[in-house]
Amino acid sequence: MTRKTSILLNPSERDLLMPPCLLVDAVGLEARAAELRKRSWKKEVKLEAIERAISMTDLTTLEGADTPGRVERLCQKALRPDPNPDIPPVAAVCVYPNLVATAARVLEGSPVEVASVASGFPAGQVPLPLRLEDTKMAAENGADEIDVVISRSAFLSGRLEQVFEEVQAFKEAAGPARLKVILETGELGTFDRIAKAGWLACEAGADFIKTSTGKVKINATPATALCMLHVVRDFEAHSGRVVGVKVAGGIRKSKEALHYLALVLETLGPSRLTNRLFRFGASSLLNDLIRQWKKQKTGRYMGPDDVCLD
Amino acid sequence: MSADHIHKTYKLYLGGGFPRSESGRSLKIEKASRSASRPPQILAQIARASRKDLRQAVEAAQGALGPWARARPMLRGQILHRMAEMLDARGQEFEDLLVGFGLSDRRQARLEVEVSCDRLLWYAGWSDKLGQVLGAVNPVSGPFFDFSQPEAMGVVAVYPTERPALLSLVSTLAPVLVGGNSSVFLIPYEAGPVAITFAEILATSDVPGGVCNFLTGTRDELLTHFAMHRGFSANFLVSDDPREQKLVSYEAADHVKRGKMVPQGTPALWRSNACQGLDWISPFLEIKTTWHPIGL
Repeated sequence: MTRKTSILLNPSERDLLMPPCLLVDAVGLEARAAELRKRSWKKEVKLEAIERAISMTDLTTLEGADTPGRVERLCQKALRPDPNPDIPPVAAVCVYPNLVATAARVLEGSPVEVASVASGFPAGQVPLPLRLEDTKMAAENGADEIDVVISRSAFLSGRLEQVFEEVQAFKEAAGPARLKVILETGELGTFDRIAKAGWLACEAGADFIKTSTGKVKINATPATALCMLHVVRDFEAHSGRVVGVKVAGGIRKSKEALHYLALVLETLGPSRLTNRLFRFGASSLLNDLIRQWKKQKTGRYMGPDDVCLD
Repeated sequence: MSADHIHKTYKLYLGGGFPRSESGRSLKIEKASRSASRPPQILAQIARASRKDLRQAVEAAQGALGPWARARPMLRGQILHRMAEMLDARGQEFEDLLVGFGLSDRRQARLEVEVSCDRLLWYAGWSDKLGQVLGAVNPVSGPFFDFSQPEAMGVVAVYPTERPALLSLVSTLAPVLVGGNSSVFLIPYEAGPVAITFAEILATSDVPGGVCNFLTGTRDELLTHFAMHRGFSANFLVSDDPREQKLVSYEAADHVKRGKMVPQGTPALWRSNACQGLDWISPFLEIKTTWHPIGL
């Protein structure tokens, strides 16, 4: 089988014009991301944005202490985040592969998808056959979406071809499940590397590119998200294929979530504000979104007792 | 240039820092000139807090609540004691502030500072005795130990009065803090400079940031937002105004908030023992009862 390769690896004459997203103006990127934080959302639009953000959330639990009981509870919360039926369910529940079957059982027949991390999450420092097996198992257990990590070790050593081929192999192993490729931007260091890694992942077949595992010091930031949004925008122009973006790690407040929505809106347009193409990987964010939703509805700021604990 | 030329900027006290209002607004505190033809003299500018400042303050107070409520009672007592030390050392400054802003005459101001120090000491002593006085070992009909112990209630909204500015602040702050609650104060307009100067005492007494937050501004604007905020667990209202009392009680019912209301009173009343007591602490405590089988 002949596999497509990346323009980063073998640029043909036609590809020598680099997509603009790969030539990052770091200062401009930070400034643009910061500027969009000031976007204010008024009344009905804010309510709509909060609901949209809830429906884009991958409710996540990735702890050593996760038990089937805890995952079941989380799934119930994903289906009905609040007793108020006007609050929509979240996009997916994200768990470790061992707990996929539990989540799939509870969420069967519902619009909420089961996402599983795989491929030696979070460090990706196990041999490739084990990472592939991990990914296959998650898919077989019923995961609709699989979040895999790229090997930062290979990427940072300059073995781009290896990263590219591994992502292709994950895509194959995941089968029909949607593949989200985690770049772990906090470990890549520069926007240039983030853009390059994102581009490689897109070319190798990723359905989503995702910022972080949430397990390192630096997680999603607005500027890295904007950098990745530029990548998927340019990649669509280059190949015609639409790739989604998932931001994860450290997003706890509604205000931050709305900031990310503003970035998507201004970069890709309103048609991309759907959970098919943009996601938040978070756990405590959901409660804050619910609190702010209720504030918009009632005019009263909510306290800690107004949302259910996880 | 001598320090007399530096006009102090009175900002908010929020999360342990002194930020300006997010709204950028401020208020002038003015003194009428002796002759009617001259414009009033501006004594100071204070920050005019907004609804969003309140939101930030409650978040800060919620964040600080856990560690403060779990701190050893003795530590809370020591911190209150240190506040008294700091106030005592800066007594003259507070006297001058109270007189300078027309909140009190010189004699009353001196008394007010003295009584404020004493009051902080008095509540400091209570910190590790609340459990013994308000708690109990309950006789139950079964082989169980049964203990009731007081615990902090949560974040308290406090509305002190303008006169006496310092003493009503201290008399409402100390009982709320000693039980382990965190708090947001709605500081009346003219008391702003005194309260924000007192915040400097909090900031240098090891009171963790966020345990006390002071919002200065207009009571009319902020009272409704304070009363409606469901992040508060209790209210401490000093007021004679039936509209204010009704608003705070009505909104408290929405969220089953507890609290205490005291009348505005006179400076002499505030200096008396009627304005300190265990019944000023207990409305901001919850009693938790624990059952434990005997013999295990």
